[in-house]
Amino acid sequence: MTYVGMPTPKETPQETMAKIAGSAKGMKVVIVGGGVSGLSAGWWLARSGAEVTVLDKGIVGWEASGRNGGGASHYQSPLFEEEQRMWPHMDALLGYPTEHQQERLVIAVSPKQLNQYHYLAKMNNDMGYRVDLLDGDQVRSMVPLAGDNCLGGMHYRFGGHANPQRSVQAYAWALQDLGGRIYQHSPVTGFETVGGKVTAVHATSGRHECDAVVVAAGPQIQALMAKLGVEVPLAAARAEMIVTEPAPMMPIGGVDGNGLYGRQTLRGNLAYGGGPHEWLETFEAGPPARPSSPLTRNLARRVAELFPKAAHLNVIRSWAGIVENTPDGRPIIDRMKDPENVTVITMSGVGFGLSPASGHAVRDLVVDGACSFTDIAKISLSRFDGIGADWREQRGWQAPKAA
Amino acid sequence: MHINNGTDPHAIGTKLPAPEARYDMVVVGAGPAGLTAALAGAGEGKSVLLVDENPIPGAAMGNDVPLLFGGRMTTATQNAERMLETVFMSEPMLEAAMDAGVEVLLGTSAWGVYRNGAGITGLPENVVALADKDRGWIVGYNELVLATGARDLAIGFPGWNQPGVMGAAALERLLAHYEAFAGKRILIVGSHNLALETALLARDKGVDVAGLVEVRSAPQGDAALAEAVRAAQIPFYLEDAPAEAIGGIDGVERVRLRSGAEIAVDTVVLAIGLVPSIELIDAMGGKRVLDGARGGYIPGDNDGVTCVGDCAGLADTGFDHVDYRMEWARELGKLSKGDTIVCQCEEVTRADLLGVQPPRYLERPAPMQARSLDTLIKDGPPNPDQIKRLTRAGMGVCQGRRCRDQVAMMLAMAADGPFGSVPLATHRAPVRPLPLRILADWEESEEMRAGWDVWFGIPTQWVPYRDIDTPREREHQTAIAEGWSL
Repeated sequence: MTYVGMPTPKETPQETMAKIAGSAKGMKVVIVGGGVSGLSAGWWLARSGAEVTVLDKGIVGWEASGRNGGGASHYQSPLFEEEQRMWPHMDALLGYPTEHQQERLVIAVSPKQLNQYHYLAKMNNDMGYRVDLLDGDQVRSMVPLAGDNCLGGMHYRFGGHANPQRSVQAYAWALQDLGGRIYQHSPVTGFETVGGKVTAVHATSGRHECDAVVVAAGPQIQALMAKLGVEVPLAAARAEMIVTEPAPMMPIGGVDGNGLYGRQTLRGNLAYGGGPHEWLETFEAGPPARPSSPLTRNLARRVAELFPKAAHLNVIRSWAGIVENTPDGRPIIDRMKDPENVTVITMSGVGFGLSPASGHAVRDLVVDGACSFTDIAKISLSRFDGIGADWREQRGWQAPKAA
Repeated sequence: MHINNGTDPHAIGTKLPAPEARYDMVVVGAGPAGLTAALAGAGEGKSVLLVDENPIPGAAMGNDVPLLFGGRMTTATQNAERMLETVFMSEPMLEAAMDAGVEVLLGTSAWGVYRNGAGITGLPENVVALADKDRGWIVGYNELVLATGARDLAIGFPGWNQPGVMGAAALERLLAHYEAFAGKRILIVGSHNLALETALLARDKGVDVAGLVEVRSAPQGDAALAEAVRAAQIPFYLEDAPAEAIGGIDGVERVRLRSGAEIAVDTVVLAIGLVPSIELIDAMGGKRVLDGARGGYIPGDNDGVTCVGDCAGLADTGFDHVDYRMEWARELGKLSKGDTIVCQCEEVTRADLLGVQPPRYLERPAPMQARSLDTLIKDGPPNPDQIKRLTRAGMGVCQGRRCRDQVAMMLAMAADGPFGSVPLATHRAPVRPLPLRILADWEESEEMRAGWDVWFGIPTQWVPYRDIDTPREREHQTAIAEGWSL
């Protein structure tokens, strides 16, 4: 099972699994944060034979990992080809459904959008990823809910989408099936360090001894890593989505555009987000609330423009998620120099789709000290060495002062 | 590195619009409590807006929103003009309110309340979001009065998922306000005041009441009311429960009780309890407390928001509604089968819910089948929102109205804890299902349009990895950033 529009992988995921089996036998790894990146890392490590413990402040996948659009088409990432290699096999490898579906369509309802999408199509084609350009009639034949306002679009012959909530739980359950332990409602309170290594992680569930630690706690990474004397520049913001009642199934559910991201779920619901975000203060205990705003109305308008033939469908929910960003919006996947057995991962708001690959990268850093399948030097933490304390202000990313 | 010169054009900033009107007082719900509050406000010289969603659009009623209509409304409810007149005539105080200067909008629902607070500061002011059959809009307020009443409590049993199984509040609405009840002969489930009053109202409106079924050994409500029901020759079936509703293409035709009795009726009226309608309070992040004597979760103290009437809590008569419901849920649970539907919208069965299994359109490999609520509870207390995501129970177009309460009770029973040990499943705006075209802001500001981006508006985020730190990086950044403000 591979994609038309991607290079053919050199090895099957099953071959990779056979290769790593036993490579981390006996290694005790504590993962801080049961979001999609932490759980995928935990699953890869458990597949390697490590004894994995995941600590989460609440329920697995409760934050942005379980609240996003489910997209899996992030071609800009060094992890992308690995993600594409893995996704079609994840249901079988995990043993639980993820609702993964292949391919994407991005459609335009304004000339400016069409220009933008053409640029992105060329950028992909230059990388060797096949994108077909579509005119309005071609879109209408492929997207039954599109309308006369559609000017054209592009068809990614790769990429896809999955159900975030189901996938996160699938990683968690698969990890447990491999002997991993997950402590929910167990916030981390501190680290024990001996000779430049973390030897135990303290949480409300108790003291967890470890040979290695992975910190994958989203916006809370900053406060946790500060306890270890490492500064990780992150800023959190709120993003919003809406969902409609089910629409008739479209042949390709991964359709977005008009400034929106999202998908038609396998149940038929149209789930879309986009638009302005609100920068927030970050709290070590996690976000106190995840409110949505009247932006719901702007999202509804854009979905109605994207799918005029669905404009009569009821919106049944809106929600929000709190997402962390690094100063350049790119991930940090890096093993620290001190304490040297700590690996940090934040995907800077683009973590769900890339998760099958990000877990592999973390596994490689924890077990082998280097990523085996792609270059990740440009997403190391050190690129932010010496960043000014006012980096948020420079970007206009500061949280509003509390009233 | 891309620097935005200290401003982020894609942040919310001041993009959320100001309300299109402001009132000293906005009252949601034009029942007696809401009308009394509106009249009092007008009497003090305040500008008052009073909105009420009645008459409910036919499509919403078909989805059991906001009450459990059970498909037993007549075709008259499809005639919006007639319904508007009927609703207006059914409440004499409406005319008094208009005469007192209250701006009254019928057929208008309030689907969200938005306030600055934890996690949000971008609102220009506190607003209520409204919608009628033509459009959605927002209004500002100084005082907000919620008089949203109470909704039907549904607890499933075999055959409850067919036309003809409805709620007591829906029946009252159809009989007393819409003159549009399509049933002829009803069986009432429950015997507390709600059930007794329902029986008497139905009898007065010429409906044949076949009886009341009570799980406990005696009628539960006010003795005088119970006596009035007896005097009307309406039988009680005590220590009994509906084992199955049996029907045909038009829904219920008869009910078989646990005792074996079969009763020919076209409608089963669930009158076990009412749930205070706290959707708006919960969706705005307001405080709420559990009070069994007042019908379950009721609003707590919320600055600037006053709750009146049933939405503030049912009258405290010393009766523990939550205990009573749990007893019914336990009994109806015993009478249910694995394939008894719990969530009608998403067709989630009891076995699927207790097994935490995915919907039928997904594969269930062996590891998936080995999972259940029991295995999930080992990881921590059950959370309805988590169960909802996995099973889809409560994810449908009725917005969980038909199943959220029974799911919460089932989870509490599975975890062997009291009702309050399981968190309340969250309510989210819009608290009424509303079409995209109605909800949409078609008069979006230029600032919103210009500042829109699909994600965070960070051009460096989308530069292909191999082009980072090369001359192509700047080219991509410029092209990507210029393409925003779509």
